[in-house]
Amino acid sequence: MKTVADPRSGPPAPGVLSKGERELRQAFLAETNRIPGGGRLDHCIQCGTCTASCPVSYAMDYTPRQLIAMFRAGGLEELLASRTIWVCASCYQCTTRCPAEIQITDLFYAFRRIAIERHLSPKRFPSHVFSESFVLQVKKYGRNYETANLVRYFLKTNPIGMLGWSKAGLSLMAHGRIPVRPEKIKGIEGLRRIIAKAETFDLPQEPADFELGTDTVGYRAIGGTA
Amino acid sequence: MTYTYYPGCSLHATGVAYDKSTRAVFDRLDIELQELEDWNCCGATSYTSVKKTVAYAISARNLALAEKTGHDIVAPCSACFYVLNKTRSRMAAQPELRAQVDTALAEAGLKTDLSVPVRKPLEVLINDYGLDWIAARQTNSISGFKIACYYGCQIVRPYGAIDEDPENPVSMERLFEALGAECIDYPPKVRCCGGMLIATFEEVAVQLCEDLVDWAVRGGANCIVTVCPLCQANLDLLNLSGKGDRPKIPVLYFTQVVGLALGCTPEEVGLEHGLVPVDIPAPPLEGRAGGVPVSAGGGAA
Repeated sequence: MKTVADPRSGPPAPGVLSKGERELRQAFLAETNRIPGGGRLDHCIQCGTCTASCPVSYAMDYTPRQLIAMFRAGGLEELLASRTIWVCASCYQCTTRCPAEIQITDLFYAFRRIAIERHLSPKRFPSHVFSESFVLQVKKYGRNYETANLVRYFLKTNPIGMLGWSKAGLSLMAHGRIPVRPEKIKGIEGLRRIIAKAETFDLPQEPADFELGTDTVGYRAIGGTA
Repeated sequence: MTYTYYPGCSLHATGVAYDKSTRAVFDRLDIELQELEDWNCCGATSYTSVKKTVAYAISARNLALAEKTGHDIVAPCSACFYVLNKTRSRMAAQPELRAQVDTALAEAGLKTDLSVPVRKPLEVLINDYGLDWIAARQTNSISGFKIACYYGCQIVRPYGAIDEDPENPVSMERLFEALGAECIDYPPKVRCCGGMLIATFEEVAVQLCEDLVDWAVRGGANCIVTVCPLCQANLDLLNLSGKGDRPKIPVLYFTQVVGLALGCTPEEVGLEHGLVPVDIPAPPLEGRAGGVPVSAGGGAA
């Protein structure tokens, strides 16, 4: 298992937080304070129930338990660039079992949002592109047009991988499961106004003064295997 | 009783069989489903990963539209069920968020009062109507079905739709046993199928799905029954895998099997949308057909 570290920061000295770390931490705490029970992060006893319950922890660079330890030890920059926060499948098993009642899944969402806002995820990182493709579909039609979403996603991240998917796509189509055109809602203008207004409450933070993004495509960009 | 039906995007695409069979079952039981007028995408988990207040606002548009009807929302898709419930509960718990979402909704002349609950069809059938009531309406035998009841994640976590232990729900087993089908012991019933990882970390999702299918096959099941379009699609796609001697097994929605038991035809419950044929018969029960058109057998080519 490879670990990912920002070569420009290295491990922080005990008791000292870098400027970037302090700033990220403030942004993160502002996020967690808006999650009910977000402040319970401090109650973590490092028991590892989350990691043991997680069906995909084997595919993470840091386990959920390690991630919380890293946050408390001042490794937020490294954490935000991790594969872990994107491998989470939102199954909520960790959250339901956590004896300290920490909303782990929702904390991971908060990590993702900050990683995107701060450009800490590699630009063409798959999950990030997937989420953004999804958002574009909703803004355009009001519904998720799965076909266009997946095509855009594969073109951006892994055009060759699309070949592997074409068999699945053709079979789904043959079974009447791929609509040929998107459904657009009647109230799309109203929905766009709702989104525009709500976006004013989600003001992006200033990008951090360092950039981890590379032009490498896919998992290699963050040190995993494709 | 009347319910507001929220199909969600998947049920108009890869999950079309869930849409057909849910409507067919409710129709056969004379329970009215009114599709929510001009519903939009719930936002799923992808939107939450990008923008938080926006994710709640688009989801809340559906709540606001549904509240005008006053009927409970029925959302078959587990992700929609979870997202709409999360929006309700967070807005109720956080006045600041609620004010922001309502300010955004006002741009389209809408407002929420959070008065309408969001429910799953499985829970509605069991709690509002009951196993005996449904079994009394059975016309066809489903005793040939040996079912692995697969619940997946978001029907039990974090907002449990069904009232038992989230680690070991038994609603589907109770329902199918009341209808005379056999349910195998299926320990991974609430394990994750990988969800959207099938697109973003395919090898991870495939591993999870292989475990789920192998477990069902080893347990002697002749079909896997799900309550979520993403679970169904992920497990069903494994049937296309050319890998080794990977067993093929029909992956159905619970409403398809219940529909067959209630005398729906294979077409009415959309069996033809599955990636492997279902050749488990559902013959008429003697003396129970009572003028209701019955299926000649469960087989879809």
